[in-house]
Amino acid sequence: MADVAGNHVSAAAEDPAQVAPKRAARQHSLRMLAFLAVLALFSCALFMTLGARGNWSFVLPFRAPKLAAMIVVGHAIALSTVIFQTLSGNRILTPSIMGFDALYALIQTLMVVVAGTAFVTAADPMALFFAQTAVMILFALGLYGSLIGRGARDLLRLLLVGVILGVLFRSLAGFLQRLIDPNAFVVLQDRLYASFNGIETDLLAVAVVAIGLVTFAFWRLLPQLDVLALGRDTAISLGVDPVRLTQLSLGLVAVLVSVSTALVGPVTFFGLLVASLAVALVGSRRHAETLIAASLIAVICLVGGQTILERVLGFDTALGIIIEFLGGIVFLAIVLKRGIQ
Amino acid sequence: MIEAVALTKLYGDSRVVDGASLTLDAPGVTAIIGPNGAGKSTLLSMIARLLPIDEGKAFVDGLDVTRAKGDELARRISVLRQENGLLARLTVRDLIGFGRFPHSKGRLTANDHVKITEALAFLDLEPLAERFLDELSGGQRQRAFVAMVLAQDTKAILLDEPLNNLDIRHAVSMMRLVRRAADELGKIVVVVLHDINFASAYADRIVAMREGRIVVDGPVEAVVSEETIEAVFGLPVLVREIEGQRTCLFRR
Repeated sequence: MADVAGNHVSAAAEDPAQVAPKRAARQHSLRMLAFLAVLALFSCALFMTLGARGNWSFVLPFRAPKLAAMIVVGHAIALSTVIFQTLSGNRILTPSIMGFDALYALIQTLMVVVAGTAFVTAADPMALFFAQTAVMILFALGLYGSLIGRGARDLLRLLLVGVILGVLFRSLAGFLQRLIDPNAFVVLQDRLYASFNGIETDLLAVAVVAIGLVTFAFWRLLPQLDVLALGRDTAISLGVDPVRLTQLSLGLVAVLVSVSTALVGPVTFFGLLVASLAVALVGSRRHAETLIAASLIAVICLVGGQTILERVLGFDTALGIIIEFLGGIVFLAIVLKRGIQ
Repeated sequence: MIEAVALTKLYGDSRVVDGASLTLDAPGVTAIIGPNGAGKSTLLSMIARLLPIDEGKAFVDGLDVTRAKGDELARRISVLRQENGLLARLTVRDLIGFGRFPHSKGRLTANDHVKITEALAFLDLEPLAERFLDELSGGQRQRAFVAMVLAQDTKAILLDEPLNNLDIRHAVSMMRLVRRAADELGKIVVVVLHDINFASAYADRIVAMREGRIVVDGPVEAVVSEETIEAVFGLPVLVREIEGQRTCLFRR
């Protein structure tokens, strides 16, 4: 981390009593990260082993892709949400609330309508995936780049525009879906509302690579994003170009949303839930800490929640609903709290 | 160091800044004054590349501000505008550390920590170093932001209405700070001010603007006179020398 080395210098130069609170704050967030990491690992181990009967060579290939998908999706949603909140300059907006995944659904629908089901089912899934992601990036930049890149700080307007765009995309997609023939609709539905139970392994491999690359790119951008969190004017004064950084990051966020939506379909409030929890638990002093915490919380929620629901309570596929319910409550709580202040 | 050549900013048909030219080379405090809507902040923002320039050019150390690389400019000129909301919850030391970003790109070196400590000391912020910004009063937070700008260690510093929302005591201590930055650290400081008497008391040079144009530009004695102030603000005033300081007085 940036100031680990420096701490010794400043500690030597100053009264130790003043350095202590900083140490305490850092240690608190590091302890919290370690705790979350242990909890996440524990959830994964439990998911893989709990109630496993019979041959491991059967259990592992059966459960491992599902686990991998949950980790990849959780990380993608956490990363995209925290970054998007920095780009839009507030802690309420998320890519889903701004209609990103509705945009993805619209692009998917358009593809089936324009190119036909034969093309969609026959095409190389990787090529198709890259093509979709490219279109998604273009649209995301065109639509949202101008909206949040120019220092628009009017939160209510952004929120309103996002909600309306989301409704527009969903309605357009719904309209087109009613026009196509039922067979095409089934193909489309399969692609749009996949769940953790029906992960395509080849798509999963692409997703892991894509998200790995995006994570690496963001890791390089983190210091600049830390500066951007100080506000547009301060960022410019410190030599960061907010427009360029915002466009680059929005493109990367579009990749993350494409990947996670392609794997499990849209989730509206999950990102908000994990991002808010991460800020509450480790603070928001550096993106690195907040991001790692958000990813770990996402994995704990998805894997832990799925384990408890599936193996302990014996329910199936209800996790999404529960997470959305909790996330919705968190969203309302944040909005109301802001309103009172 | 700073050279603005016929800078113009258009909003629709109205010329908010209209062909303003300004050259700043020597260390010292320059105050930009003028009535509301005279284009003071807009001029400052264009020089600081916060706003696009419609006509004219601005140079910092010979670098064209619209073309030069962001970090090269950030090592030469810094700007502080009215405080806007922070997304991250930071301590004073964290914030000041960001001032070193143009030099170290987020990985603070031993030299950066020396600069941070110096900035803390210069603004008497040591006791507050580990406090979070949202736990501070408005005046203290303003000082923390100025400390960040000082840690950036640029030759030129632009401050846009730094006295906004400060009571008289904090306003005076802010202007004393600005003075010390010019005198002790040899900075070229440009401040946008509303109060003529603050400009008269602390600036070396005053640039007066009206309707987007620079109408007077000179030392305090040349600008703070009854005729000039009336011409700039459209308001009759009395100017008296009180204990060696030109002071504007208003009639009831």
